[in-house]
Amino acid sequence: MTLPQARGFVSAMANAGTKNRPLSPHLQIWKWGPHMFVSILHRITGDGMALVGLGVLLWWLGALAGGPASYATFAWAMTTPIGYLVLVGISWAFFSHMCSGLRHLVLDTGAGYELKVNKTWATICPIAGVLLTIAFWAILLLR
Amino acid sequence: MGNGTSIGRVRGLGSAKGGVHHWLVHRFTALSNLLTVLFLVVSILLLPDMSYGTVVEWISRPVPAVMIILLVVSVFWHARLGLQILIEDYVHDANKLFLLIALNLAAIGGGAFGVFCVIRLALGAHA
Repeated sequence: MTLPQARGFVSAMANAGTKNRPLSPHLQIWKWGPHMFVSILHRITGDGMALVGLGVLLWWLGALAGGPASYATFAWAMTTPIGYLVLVGISWAFFSHMCSGLRHLVLDTGAGYELKVNKTWATICPIAGVLLTIAFWAILLLR
Repeated sequence: MGNGTSIGRVRGLGSAKGGVHHWLVHRFTALSNLLTVLFLVVSILLLPDMSYGTVVEWISRPVPAVMIILLVVSVFWHARLGLQILIEDYVHDANKLFLLIALNLAAIGGGAFGVFCVIRLALGAHA
């Protein structure tokens, strides 16, 4: 171990954790597939609900506790075009997050990693989320 | 992170010793979210309308009141865990500590407000 390469290797080890560390390939390296889409969609819908949905939930509960006048303000805001957009968005985020979350619970058991099975459920989850959202609003508005 | 000794370069970079608990509670609250939010979804579909009188009469009853209180606790807990991951994945500067403290304050404060609102309604203090 007196070769120059060996000394370079030892020197590199000594600098480990400080600079020139190899980086694992990131998003732009891989060809996009449904599993990647449903993964980032799970994060977007979950954090979206946490940041927007919980605000609307607290406004709803607070308006109820505040009395008829405050509930009227809430009901007015939520029946404007922007209000409906927010409510539809939250309901879509919930149903999508629920489907991809159930997928995660199955994956947590160690099942569903075969390429075709994984691709199938990764494709079904976001579609099921949209269909459940449509069904929810159809029942709500057409009853 | 130190730059001198070998131990100085690695100290503080190991496991936080709390990762498995965080991961498990995220799954447990996912299941309680599923039960309580689906209860809310079905309730909204079964209620004749979403007017003040209808909703207050519904949420003041014991089972809906308890389910919505559990929903608030479960959902805020799950959201706190999820937003913590978001912060830890994307914020690497000094703001991280500030954001994590703010997240805890917001989650506990928001959850407490939601629970209080339902208790106030259920105990008839709105009337």
